[in-house]
Amino acid sequence: MSNVFIAFQRNEETRDIVDAIVEDNPAAHVDLQPAMVKIDAPGHLVIKRQSIEDRMGRTFDLQELQVHLITLSGHLDENDDEFSLSWAN
Amino acid sequence: MSMTDHQRLGLKERYALMTRDLAWDTTYQPMDKVFPMVHYEGIKIHDWDQWSDPFRMTMEAYWKYQAEKERKLYAIIDAFAQNNGHLGVTDARYINTLKLFLTGISPLEYMAHRGFTHVGRQLPGAGPRVACLMQALDEIRHAQTQVHSMSNYNKYYNGFHDFAHMIERVWYLSVPRSFFDDAYTAGPFEFMIAIGFSFEYVLTNLLFVPFISGAAYNGDMGAMTFGFSAQSDEARHMTLGLESIKFMLEQDPDNLPIVQRWIDKWTWRGTRVLAIVAMMMDYMLPKKVMSWKEAWEIYFEQNGSALFNDLARYGITPPKCIEWAAVDKEHISHQAWATLYQYGAAAPFHTWSPTPEELDWLSEKYPNTFDKYYRPRYEYWAEQHKAGNRFYNTTLPMLCQVCQIPMLFTEPTDPTQICYRESDYKEDKYHFCSDFCKEIFDNEPEKYVQAWLPVHQIYQGNCFNPDVDPTAPGFEPLPAVLDYYHLAAGRDNLDFEGSEDQKNFAAWRNLAGRD
Repeated sequence: MSNVFIAFQRNEETRDIVDAIVEDNPAAHVDLQPAMVKIDAPGHLVIKRQSIEDRMGRTFDLQELQVHLITLSGHLDENDDEFSLSWAN
Repeated sequence: MSMTDHQRLGLKERYALMTRDLAWDTTYQPMDKVFPMVHYEGIKIHDWDQWSDPFRMTMEAYWKYQAEKERKLYAIIDAFAQNNGHLGVTDARYINTLKLFLTGISPLEYMAHRGFTHVGRQLPGAGPRVACLMQALDEIRHAQTQVHSMSNYNKYYNGFHDFAHMIERVWYLSVPRSFFDDAYTAGPFEFMIAIGFSFEYVLTNLLFVPFISGAAYNGDMGAMTFGFSAQSDEARHMTLGLESIKFMLEQDPDNLPIVQRWIDKWTWRGTRVLAIVAMMMDYMLPKKVMSWKEAWEIYFEQNGSALFNDLARYGITPPKCIEWAAVDKEHISHQAWATLYQYGAAAPFHTWSPTPEELDWLSEKYPNTFDKYYRPRYEYWAEQHKAGNRFYNTTLPMLCQVCQIPMLFTEPTDPTQICYRESDYKEDKYHFCSDFCKEIFDNEPEKYVQAWLPVHQIYQGNCFNPDVDPTAPGFEPLPAVLDYYHLAAGRDNLDFEGSEDQKNFAAWRNLAGRD
């Protein structure tokens, strides 16, 4: 199965975002690189608004990911509660 | 509707309202006349409403998040400038990567801006038009933020002074420029694949991710911030490129062979342009994050095969050039740097011999090729330089008619043999660096016979200032060409060793107490 991935700038907000991703995607692999963090996952990866809000202690709009996002790979589907990446193979 | 009602609408509804309810079909003029470029490439679209932006970005959200990105970026750029951040980079050789960036890449951002305003106007679907509008704005933002960020370096270092003039003239800059000229002069659907797929998916992931991470690692907060800020938009652009491919393939089975040919062509065009980035990563970053080969494997091979496996359900097959590129990944950075090293008198940035430690790093990262084919050459040049014979090649190279790169790449089956291909067209012979550049030419010869090849233009006398007389006794062509490029010979070019940049950086660092 192909990996999907997403990468963020490393900062205070993405620490919570990455923690939320790791908890919601047990197969995810986190790779810390200079100034950035890349998360790979086999086939599918989901980012949940609720999990991020629980960590940040404030409301979070998934479109805020835009500000920290560096790159991604996979088909994207986004609604108010989930941001998911997947490959259909 | 009241604000409260508005806030209750979900992401999908907000996006649908913007892209569907605000679009209309023209009645005073037939749609075909309003959108004259939509049919000639042969792509058949039956229902534009099937196209959807997976990010479901509305204009309101777009302005909000882009403004936030800009505020962050300019705060960092200001801090970097106020704190003499340029003196914090690992060593002054690094600054030459930025000269290449400003002259070879930032102008492409501006060309992408123009391309997307044009294509957004030509596509009848509301969804892709909105996405093209956003991308056009993103691209001009990238050009501006890059110019602003690198203007800090222009205050202190040479070679940053005239990028807009140089992109139209300097020999190696015709490589990236011709890539965009090719895309921009194609039809709107091909442009979406050329830029949305090849440039965004193949190229920017390699440029803005590992290279920019490397810039951060080398202490350049300015480049880090414009690079990551740009790439945050590229994630949206890659999604647009992928969505465009899927959309064309889902609309009509007749689109498959056309899309396949464009994917083959633009994968190769992107791969060739990346030779510059390969060399930046392996030779120009004093502290290395990863080798070009490693970056290629992660961002092209793994990511690309995931994409091609996915597109297989539509009948897309991986481009044939991928196998050739898999051989090239162990060679191109060494071949490209060797070329720029030799032609270091004709480029507005400095080149140098890798240090003994850097040679060891290259040997370790390229165990199959570096010691066998490249290390002896670099060591020989370094010895010659030490003995006072820094080698500058003064014979102009033959260029590939399509990618415009000098004939420097080798046969995939024999790294000691330069690869030459040729085609005859209307009484003339045309030369190529590879099977795939030849194939691109053979598909559209009328387009590529018009290529503005810098070496041909120099030999034809078209690269001198108007007051120059090439027939005057004792005429020296190279200095006249450098004048035409607005390159100050002896200051902007030649080896890093002994350059004004090297001396100033050392003196200023010393004054600032940083060493």
